[in-house]
Amino acid sequence: MTPEMTPSATTTMMTGSAAADPAWEPEIIAFCCNYCAYAAADLAGSKRMQYPTNVRIIHTPCTGKIEMEHILDAFLKGIDGILVAGCLEGGCHFLEGNLRARKRTDRIREMLAEIGVGQERLRMVNLSAAEAPTFVRSVHEMVNTVRALGPSPLKDTQHLESEG
Amino acid sequence: MIVASPKSITELKNLIAGHKKVLFVGCGTCVTVCLAGGEREVGIASYAVRMARRLANEPIELTQQTIERQCENEFIKDLAEAAADADAIVSFGCGVGVQTIAERFPDKPVYAGLNTQFMGTLEEQAVWTEKCLGCGDCMLAQFGGICPVTRCAKRLLNGPCGGSTETHCEVDEDRPCAWQLIYTRLKNIDQLDRLDEIVPAKDWSTSWHSGARRVVRKEHRV
Repeated sequence: MTPEMTPSATTTMMTGSAAADPAWEPEIIAFCCNYCAYAAADLAGSKRMQYPTNVRIIHTPCTGKIEMEHILDAFLKGIDGILVAGCLEGGCHFLEGNLRARKRTDRIREMLAEIGVGQERLRMVNLSAAEAPTFVRSVHEMVNTVRALGPSPLKDTQHLESEG
Repeated sequence: MIVASPKSITELKNLIAGHKKVLFVGCGTCVTVCLAGGEREVGIASYAVRMARRLANEPIELTQQTIERQCENEFIKDLAEAAADADAIVSFGCGVGVQTIAERFPDKPVYAGLNTQFMGTLEEQAVWTEKCLGCGDCMLAQFGGICPVTRCAKRLLNGPCGGSTETHCEVDEDRPCAWQLIYTRLKNIDQLDRLDEIVPAKDWSTSWHSGARRVVRKEHRV
């Protein structure tokens, strides 16, 4: 770990200037697999279960279809947290898409820690289509985690670089 | 193919410290196949470096381009426009690619974005092993197509050492004993009699030990 990436420096960055803004609300993306988490979110709606509005759901055919670039691009653009929600292990419609997603999210978590964004901002959960309460609980936990961390340190900084 | 592995994000960030306009160059040949320096890997590295630089409040203008092969000038010329606009270049090719690009752009700093490892083969998804040392005097015919010069830790040419187990190397218990492989292979192709021949000490003058080598093929010269 380099001096500029010590835990204390990381914490300082993660609770940057925007943290002082009382109106700040976490912005979180939930990548939801069509066969489980998206159906669970739908079920949660049907059952009138409440969960925070901080989450924007992106409907994906399988968590295995989520490329590392999708997640990294969202973080670069300043998203505060990302939840990847896939099927239970052994229950993937495409056999091992969720297992691949787990490896990719683990790798990105390592990268986020090394960069200083904080690995807690990315989380993967496994659930079935019937588990609306699990989905709601996961969203609550993610929002609480990100709220405690503060805004992404990549938010509200000068965007001077090219999109290349 | 040539196998390479990525440098860490921190290393990449330190390499280009102080440069404001940087070109990341991927290579579409060996390092694409070994998932280290192709278009996708360069893209992922770019995201990471952009984030790291933004956190450090050091803006960077980063462009990416992947060419077919970095070890041939014919393809490197495609970089001319992007290189002219950059303060520095990071090559995600093997060491050959890095040096060929540096020769082509003598006034630009060119850094290596990968650690070049060896010439090897894909054993299974994301696992590569070294198979050839490039010694310049191939002896594979004598050993049933299995190279003891590369794959035996002691480079023995006349049978296994006393330290190997029945199947594995004493230096690395996960590595198969090259001489066990040679014996099995020669037996399978009915050429065990090759082991009766004493192999003299290898002539290493064709290898790297006297410096970088050069191959000239007169029949193909123009």
